[in-house]
Amino acid sequence: MSERINSAWSPSSRELERARARKGVNRKQAMIAAVSSIIVIGTLITIVVTSPGWEIVKKTFFDINYGREVFPTVIAGLWINLQLTFIGGACIGVIALGLALLRTTKSPALTPFRFLATAYVDIFRGAPLILIILLVGFGVPALRLTGISSNVIFLGTVAVVLTYSAYVAEVIRSGILSIHPSQRAAARSLGLTSAQTMRYVVLPQAIRRVVPPLLNDFVSLLKDTGLVSILGVTDAVRAAQINASRTFNYTPYVVAAILFLLITIPMTRYTDRAIRQRTSAQNAEGAI
Amino acid sequence: MAHVLELSHIRKSFGAEIVLNDLSLSVQEHTATVLIGASGSGKSTLLRCINLLESIDDGQIFLDGVEISDPLINVDEVRRKLGMVFQSFNLFPHKTVLENITLAPMKVQNKSKEEAVESATKLLKRFDLADKAHQYPDRLSGGQQQRVAIIRSLAINPRLLLLDEITSALDPVLVNEVLSIVRDLKSDGMTMVLATHEMGFATQVADEVCFLESGNILERGSAQEVLHEPKNPKTQEFLQRVHQAGRL
Repeated sequence: MSERINSAWSPSSRELERARARKGVNRKQAMIAAVSSIIVIGTLITIVVTSPGWEIVKKTFFDINYGREVFPTVIAGLWINLQLTFIGGACIGVIALGLALLRTTKSPALTPFRFLATAYVDIFRGAPLILIILLVGFGVPALRLTGISSNVIFLGTVAVVLTYSAYVAEVIRSGILSIHPSQRAAARSLGLTSAQTMRYVVLPQAIRRVVPPLLNDFVSLLKDTGLVSILGVTDAVRAAQINASRTFNYTPYVVAAILFLLITIPMTRYTDRAIRQRTSAQNAEGAI
Repeated sequence: MAHVLELSHIRKSFGAEIVLNDLSLSVQEHTATVLIGASGSGKSTLLRCINLLESIDDGQIFLDGVEISDPLINVDEVRRKLGMVFQSFNLFPHKTVLENITLAPMKVQNKSKEEAVESATKLLKRFDLADKAHQYPDRLSGGQQQRVAIIRSLAINPRLLLLDEITSALDPVLVNEVLSIVRDLKSDGMTMVLATHEMGFATQVADEVCFLESGNILERGSAQEVLHEPKNPKTQEFLQRVHQAGRL
C-alpha cells in the first residue's frame, strides 16, 4: 500500500528548491575542505622538502634501491613477528580468560588463587614490557633450570604473553562486570548454578562486548613483538637494525615501519568498524 | 489442600530501611495470591526473598513443608522448583527465543536437546509464538518478550510461579496479551504469587488479595473483599489513588 503511494509521489517544487539549496551548501563545504587540505599538507611537504638536511635524509632514509635490497630480510623478520603474535595471542587468550574468571569468582576454595591472580595482574600490568622481556630473557637462562629452553624466541614470547595476559584479563573482567545483574538473577532463578550462569549467560555476552578493545590489544601485541629484538631475535626490527648498522643507511627502518603499517592500519580500521557496530547495537538494546 | 508456600514472620531490611516487617503469608496449591500496594511497599522484595535472590533477616520460608530459608540448603535445587518472571523480562539477548527457553531444561534438568526443543515448541505454539522461535529477543515487541519470559520460566515445570509486576514495563495495548497467558495458567491450576498494579486483572485471577504497606500485609481476603469493600483506611486510600489514575 505504502509502496504504491511512494511510486506515485513526485517531489513538490518546494522540495526541489530545498534539494538545490542543499546541493549548493554541500558543494561549498567540499570546496573549503579541499582548499584547507591543500594548504596544510602542501605547507608540511614544503617545510620538509626545503629543509637544509632534506637531501641527506632522502639518501639515508628513503633510498629506494637499498630498500629493495633489504626487503627480503626484513619481511623474513616480520614473519617471526607474525608467528609470535598468533602463537602468543592464543596463549594470552587462554591465560587471560582464566585470570579474569579467577578475579570475578566468589568461590571460597579459589580464594588463594583470586589473590594470586590479582597480584599477577598488578605486577605485569604495572611493569614496562621491555623490562619484563629483559628480566625473562636474561634471568630465566641464568637459573640454569633443566628442561626450560633458553631459546630467545621462546623466552621473548613468554615475556610478551606474561604481560599481555594481564592487560587482556582486565579487559575481559571489565566485560564480565558490565553485564547487568538482572541477567544473572534471571539465570539463577531458572536454577542454573553460578558456574553455569557464567558459562552460558554472562561470558558469551561479556566477550561480545569486549571484542573491539581486544582487537585493539591485538594490534598493540603485533607492534610490541618488535621489542623482543632486544634479546637478539631476528624479527623485522632486528633485521632492519642489522642492515642499517652495516651501511649507516636507515632505509631498512622505514621499510620495517611501512610493513608494520600495512598490517596494522587495516586491523585498526576493522577495529573501528567493530566498535561502531557494537555501539549502535548497544544503543538499540536500550535499557538492557 | 496443602500449603505450597508458607512465610512466617519474615523480616528484611536494606541498611536502615525496613522493607519487610514481620510478614506472614501462606499459599495453597492451585491458587493465585495477588500482592498489591504502592511502589516501595515490599512486593518485589518479598518475591525475591521467596526465590532466595535476597536473604531474609529473620523468619522462615517453607516450600512444600521444607524450610528453604535454611542457610545450608542447596539454593539451585530450590530455584528449580520456582519460576520467576521479572518486570524487565531479562531475556538473554545473545540467545534465540528457543535457546532462551531450552537452556534451563537442558542444563539444569539434563533433558536431551530433542526433548527440550519439543516441549518448548509445544509451549510456543500454545501461546502463539511458534513463528518467533528462531528470533532474537531484540526483534520482539515488549509483550512478546514477556510472553517468552513466562514460557521460559514454565519450561522447568515449576511448583510455584512468581510474577513481579510483569506488565509494568509494557504499553497498555500489550498488557492484555501477557495477562491472558496468566489467566490460562491459572485455569491450568498453576500456583502463583504475583505483584501487580492491574486491579481489574487482580479481580479476575486472585483467590486471595494482600494489600502491602511498609513491609506488612495490612489487609487480606478475596478480591471482592479487598478491592471492592476494603475495610482498612490505608487500603481505601490506596485504591482511591489507583482509581484516580484510571487503573481500576
